[in-house]
Amino acid sequence: MKEFLLMGGYWPYVWPSFAATFIVMAWLMISTIWQRRKIIDGLKRKLELEKRESKT
Amino acid sequence: MFRWFHRLASLRNFYRLAEILMPWLAVLCAGLLAVGLYRGLFVAPADYEQGESYRIIYVHVPSAWMSMFIYMVIAFCSALFLVWKMKIADIVAEVSAPIGAAFTFLALLTGSLWGKPMWGTWWEWDARLTSELILLFIYFGYMALRSAIDNPSTAARAVAILALVGVVNIPIIHYSVEWWNTLHQPASITKIGKPSIHISMLIPLLLMALGFTLFYVVNMLARARNVILQREAKTSWVRERVSEGRL
Repeated sequence: MKEFLLMGGYWPYVWPSFAATFIVMAWLMISTIWQRRKIIDGLKRKLELEKRESKT
Repeated sequence: MFRWFHRLASLRNFYRLAEILMPWLAVLCAGLLAVGLYRGLFVAPADYEQGESYRIIYVHVPSAWMSMFIYMVIAFCSALFLVWKMKIADIVAEVSAPIGAAFTFLALLTGSLWGKPMWGTWWEWDARLTSELILLFIYFGYMALRSAIDNPSTAARAVAILALVGVVNIPIIHYSVEWWNTLHQPASITKIGKPSIHISMLIPLLLMALGFTLFYVVNMLARARNVILQREAKTSWVRERVSEGRL
C-alpha cells in the first residue's frame, strides 16, 4: 500500500494530477446543481407571486 | 429525418429527452471511470522508461481529447445555429464552453505536472503547449464575448462566428507534434497503423476517455436543461412543471 502511494517516488506529480481532475469535475457537477436550484427557486417564487396577485 | 430533427430541436422535447437519458448515462459514466481508474492505477504495469509517473496519462490524455472534442461540438453547433437558427444548438454550444475550458485547464495542469519530472520543466513555449494554451484563451474569449453582448440573439450569432473562426486552432494542436520539433511526444494512439502503447495500458486509457466523454454529455445535458428552464420560463409547459413540482 505504501509503495502504491509513493508511486515510485513520483507521488508529488501523480496524485496532484488525479486530485485536480477530481476537484474540477466535482466542481462542474456541483455548480450545475446549484445553478439548477437557484433557477427552480426563482421560478417557484414567481409563480407564487402571480398566484397571490391574481387572488387580490 | 427532418421532422425528427425538428422535434428534437424543440426545447421542450430536448428537456424531456435529457431527463430520460441522464440517469442511464451517469451510471454508465461512473462505471467506466471506476473500472478505468482501477485498471489504470492497479492493473496496468509501470512504464519501462517513465516508471509510475506515466499514470498521469489516464487523466491528462482524456482531458486533452475532451478539450478539443468539446470545441468541435461547439463549432458544429455554431454552424447549425448560423444556418438553421436552431435554438437548441446555441444552448448546447453555450453550456459546453465552460466544460471545455475546464478540461483545457486540466490538460495544461496535468501536462505541467507530468512535464516537470519527465522534461525537467513545468512549462515550455513549444508548439503543442502553446496551441493548447491558445485554445483556453479562445474558450475564455467565447464566454466573455457572449456575456458582453446584451442582446441574446446578437450574442449568439457573434459567438457562433468566433467559434467557427477558432476551429483553425484544432488541427494546429493535433498536428503540432508533427509539424514542429516539440518537446511533447507524438501521438501514441491515433497514429496510422498500430498504436505504440501496450494493450494493458491502452484499455484503461480508452475506458477513461469514454468515461470523460459521457461525463461531458451528462453535465452538458444538465446545464442545457438549466438554460432551457430559464429561457422558457414564461411558457405553459414550464409553468405546469413548476406548479406540479415535476422538474
